[in-house]
Order: sequence, then C-alpha cells, then structure tokens
Amino acid sequence: MENATQIELGRVNYHHHNPNLAHHFHDMEQQHESIKLGVWLFLVTEVLLFGGLFCFYAIYRAWHPEMFIEVNQLLDVKLGALNTLVLIFSSVTVALSIRSIQMDNKKQAVMFLAITIICAAIFLVVKYFEYSHKIHEGLLPGKYFANPDIAAVNPHIFFSIYFGMTGLHALHILGGMIFLTWVLIRTHMRAYSSSYYTPVEMGGLYWHLVDLIWIYLFPLLYLIG
Amino acid sequence: MYNDTEKNFLTHPKGIMSWLLTLDHKRIGIMYLAAILAAFAAGGFFALGLRLELLNPGKQFMDQDTYNKFFTLHGAIMVFLFIIPSIPAALGNFCLPLMLGAKDVAFPRLNLASWYVYMLGAMFCLYSLFSGGVDTGWTFYSPYSTQTSTSVISMTFGAFILGFSSIFTGINFIVTVHKMRAPGMTWYQMPLFVWGSYATAMIQVLATPVLGITLLLLIMEKVGGIGIFDPEMGGDPVLFQHFFWFYSHPAVYIMILPGMAIISELIAVHAHKKIFGYRLIAYSSVAIALLGFFVWGHHMFVSGQSEFSSMVFSFITFFIGIPTGIKIFNWMTTLVKGSICWTTPMLYALAFLILFTIGGLTGIFLGALGLDIQLHDTYFVVAHFHYVMMGGTVIAFLGGIHHWWPKIFGKMYNENLGRFAFCFIFVGFNMTFFNQFMLGSQGMPRRYHDYSNFLKTDLFERYHGFSSYGAMILGVGFVIILCYLVASLFNGKPAGNNPWGGLTFEWSTTSPPPTENFKDDPILKHGPYDYDKVLPKDI
Repeated sequence: MENATQIELGRVNYHHHNPNLAHHFHDMEQQHESIKLGVWLFLVTEVLLFGGLFCFYAIYRAWHPEMFIEVNQLLDVKLGALNTLVLIFSSVTVALSIRSIQMDNKKQAVMFLAITIICAAIFLVVKYFEYSHKIHEGLLPGKYFANPDIAAVNPHIFFSIYFGMTGLHALHILGGMIFLTWVLIRTHMRAYSSSYYTPVEMGGLYWHLVDLIWIYLFPLLYLIG
Repeated sequence: MYNDTEKNFLTHPKGIMSWLLTLDHKRIGIMYLAAILAAFAAGGFFALGLRLELLNPGKQFMDQDTYNKFFTLHGAIMVFLFIIPSIPAALGNFCLPLMLGAKDVAFPRLNLASWYVYMLGAMFCLYSLFSGGVDTGWTFYSPYSTQTSTSVISMTFGAFILGFSSIFTGINFIVTVHKMRAPGMTWYQMPLFVWGSYATAMIQVLATPVLGITLLLLIMEKVGGIGIFDPEMGGDPVLFQHFFWFYSHPAVYIMILPGMAIISELIAVHAHKKIFGYRLIAYSSVAIALLGFFVWGHHMFVSGQSEFSSMVFSFITFFIGIPTGIKIFNWMTTLVKGSICWTTPMLYALAFLILFTIGGLTGIFLGALGLDIQLHDTYFVVAHFHYVMMGGTVIAFLGGIHHWWPKIFGKMYNENLGRFAFCFIFVGFNMTFFNQFMLGSQGMPRRYHDYSNFLKTDLFERYHGFSSYGAMILGVGFVIILCYLVASLFNGKPAGNNPWGGLTFEWSTTSPPPTENFKDDPILKHGPYDYDKVLPKDI
C-alpha cells in the first residue's frame, strides 16, 4: 500500500522508508533541514524576546549608572559564578548526548541527558536560594521594594530588571528541563538512533541558547561593579 | 473537466473531529477563515456603533465611557483578531503550499496549534469584552493603561497569546518557502503571493516577540507595579510607546504586504498578462518588510522624542514610499495592453490601486514633521489608516476570497451579484472615509464621542453624517457578499480546475483539491505569469 501510493505520486523512494518520515516530506534530509530551520527561527524569536529586556537594561543603566553600580554589589557573585559554571558544563553534556546518539550509543546518551537535566535543577535550586535571600532583604521590584539602607535613587528599577530578566530566563530553564526529560524518556525507549535523532539535536540547540543568554546576564547583572 | 467530488479535502474524511484535529493546511485555512470572519463581524458591530453615535452632535445613545470602550474594542478586535491573521492565516494557509507544489506546510501540527492558540487568545479578548471592556484605545498607552480599572490585563494577555499564533504561522511559512518548493522551482519562479507572504512571515517572526515582552511588562507593571513605565518611580511611559510601535509599525506591514501579494496575483491573472517587473515587486516586498522596522518613531512626533530622531524617522518614512510606489507602477504597467476581464476579483484589484494610492500618499503627508503636528490625532489619521487597512488590505482580502473561492469550495458564485456588492463596498467605503480627511484637516480630533459646542459643529455634523450613512452602505455590501457566497455553496455552478486561466500550481489541481493537494507531483513547466509563452488553449 505504502509503495503503491508512492508510485502513484510519481516518486519512488528507493531508500529504506524511515517510519519517522512525515508524509509531506520527500526524504529524511528535507525533514531534518526543515525542522532545523524552524528551530533556528524559534531561537531568533527568543533572542528578540530577551532583546526587549536587554534594551530596557541598557536604557535604565544609561539613565542611572551610579545606582546600577551601587545596587549591583548586593548580588551574590559567587552564586552567580557557580550557576554560570553549572550551565556551561550542562551545555557540554547536552552536546555529548547528541554525539552519543549519533554513534548509536543509547546508554551514554541517556546518561548525558540526565546530567544536563540535573545541572538545570542545580541551577534552579541556587536561583531559589538567591531569590529567597533577596526577598528576605526586601530587595524587590517596583512598589514592593522595602530596603531602607540604599542611598541610590530608584534602586527598585534595578530589581525590576533583575527579577524580570532572571525570572524569564529561569522559566526557559524550566521549559528546557521539561523538553529534555521528554527527549530522555524517548531516547530510553529507543525512539532515536543514528538514522533519526532530530529531537535530541533540537533540544540541544535550545539548551545552548538558554545557556548563552545566561552568559550575557551574568556579567551584565553581577559584574558591573 | 469537472471535479472529482468524491475525494476532495472538504468531504474526506468526514466528521467534526476530522476537522478539529486536522493537520491539512487547507482545512486549517478554512477554520481560520471562519474565525476571522466572526471577529470581523464583531469589530464591524462596534464600528457601526461608533458611527451611529457620531451621526449628530451631542449624546445619541452612549455616554463617553461606553464610546471609549467601543473604539478600543473596534480597534483591538480588528487589529489583533481580524486583520493580522486575515490574509496569511486564512488564504495564505490555503494557497501557499498549493502554489509551491507542496503537500502541506512544513509543520502541520504547529499550524493546527496556531489555530488553537488563536482561539485561546480570542477567549481572553472575549472575556475582557464581557468583564467591563477596555477603554485605552488599541494601543494600550501607559500610564493610562496601568491606571484604568477596565480589564486591560485580560485584553493585553489575549494579544500576547495571539502573538504566538502569528509567530507559528510565520515560522511555518518561512520554512515552507525555503524547503518545500516543488523540484525545479527557483526563488524567481515562485508566485508573487508567495514572495509577499514570505516578507510578511519575516516581520511576524522578528517583530512579534518584542510585542510579547512589551505586553508582558505592561501586565507586570499593572499587577506588580515594577515601575518601568511609571515616571513617579523613575520609569518612562514614552518607552512603552517606543516598544509598542517597534512591533506595531512593522505589524502595519504584516497587514498590508499580504494584501499587496494578493493584488499581484489578481492583476496578472485577470488581465492575462505577464506581470511587469516581477523581480522589482518581489524585492520591494522584502524592502518594505526591512524598512518597516526603522520608522516606528513617526507615530511619536509629538511625544517629546528628540528632534533629530524625528527627522531620521521622517526621512525613512518617506523612503518607504519608493518600494510602495514601484509596486503600484508595476501593477498599472501590467494592465497596459492586457486582456482585462471585468471579473469581481479584478474590480477589487482596481479599487485597491485607487484606494491604496490615496492611503499611501496621505501617509506621506503624515510623515512630514511640520504637517504631522497639525494633523496628529485628528480624523485625518483615521481616514489615512482606514484607506490603507480597509481600502488596501480588506479590499485585497475580498478580492482574494473571490479569486480563490472557486478553488477552495469548487463552486462559482454569482458574478453579477459580486459586481453589484462591489459597488456598495466601493461607494460605501469612500463615503465613510473620504470626508474624514476633510474632517481631520478642519481640526476634528479622533476618539471624541461628541462634537457639539465646537466652532465648526455644523460642518462636522455634515461630514460625520455622510460618513455614518456611508458605513451603513458598506455594511449592506458585506451582507450581500456573505449571502451570495454562502448561497454558492449550495447552488453554485461547478468551478472546474481553472476558472480564471491562472498559471500557478493551485489552478492545475482539482477544485476543491484532494487531501494531498495534487494527484501527481506537480512539475514546473512555465513561470507563474508566462502569459506571453503559454497559449490560452493550454491553460
């Protein structure tokens, strides 16, 4: 039946028909390239979404340079640096998981994906401690700001931007964790192999972007003093 | 040769679930068409309410608060729920893969998801409609939007969600154009509708996320008081305007580029003439899309931005007139010595040339720094953007509906009724909006519920009255169109594969097309507009 349809459509597929090939694509390469382009476009929209926040950051820092420098001292550089290392390491492991599945090494791929997800969890736990410390100190965005010890004008703006940017980023980490967990389960169920690993690679692409955004956030928020 | 009605995409498979869970771009296009037409009816209802209130000076039947809600809902519904998804998501969804000779868009599931996301966003907008409405104007300017007690949050959150559906469509179109073209079809053999849709998709992908973050920040400002748009807390409300227009000006081109894309098809097919300056029309679509990102400040000449920025924005605004003018001249040159058929789609295409030219040129007036101070926030602006959005996009949309209706449903509508309704639309539209140019230049401000006790109340009453009666004629026109189009589904003559003599792929398959679009893989034999090479008997 499958073959009959293909002949009727005037294109006989001589290759082994991959069950992962969707009906509207000619071959696996076209499908893989299409999905890849789609994911890159999605990443572009993510960059622009964060771009708006980076723009806010630039404008308010230009307006209140002294305030930014003074208030920035209140962030914990050590915890920020730890999180940076954790995320960079997780970028390595997600890349290794793609390589493992390309080599048909399912067990290793699952292991590297698990490490990546654990790193993401560590990142969020560290972030939780940072946030609860800030909340405790009254270092909150906008009208909730309640710390009388700061001399600079409008310090709440910095925390609006800090919580806005890191909060949106943390949501993306969470989203990445959910997607990578799904990929991990599917990998464990032998859904992917060297002939079809598109979702693993797309998860990796997304994870690198989330990582990259943090690499910009860390110096801009923690290291400007 | 008439269609194979047994196994077309409309009738096969059957059942409501086969529609709700369909991955077929053609069915999703029709579902979008139904949804946006419902939105158009709702937006039109509010528009008629506005026109009735303005029929005479003084209070007619609504107070100023109701009036504020009416114009806000008219604008928000028409912009976010109707005009942005109108051509790309409905007609584009249906036509783009067919024109490329593809079986579907690149990501059919994402396509279906975009429809559901659209419906979800529409639910939020409906919720805010029934929970007291919104009175900020569709632009949600802070600081008013962060202070008013109306349901701004649900409306802006609805617009935020609708943005995702727009992004999904955009991503799908870009990938489809890049990766799914029929074997042998180069970029310059694509129909111009595809070029226009591609340029639109670029804007959808690049601009919409910025609106997303802006509306999100506005919601956070309103809920959490984060202070970035609040001058009392060191924030800046003008920043909101910058961010809003950074999306919303390119969004104007999300609205008009697909209209231009349709006109390129209508003019070439219904004049049976090779389109003049194919490459220039294609390039100008992309040029408009790119330049459109650098003119947002022309909405803000009176906002207190620096004079230098205003000057640059004004200059680039004038510059955008060039690719637009190129298109208009190319379409007109295409008509020269063409075999023009006075079909309904052609009438709409010709109306577009007239109305859009008026709308575009008055846009140049408004881009001039000195003149804009005088005309800012007057009815001149209202008239200008209705000439572009309605005289441009809606007229093109109607032309496109009449052009592809036989392909979508396999039935012909009554052409005489089509021409008859066109007269109502054309006359009604000009009656409604042309005098608003005069109203505006005489100083009538926009968004006023009442104009009694003005120096020129008598004059304004005449113009407003004319406008209100025009709107009613326009409304009658739409009702006639709806009636004969629906009637054609039951008693229309079978359309055949190619009722207009088009050369693009969609006319080579049956009407309505089969689920996988083509019986055999389409092979490119000629360019999309090669009327000089292909003899009529071969079409």
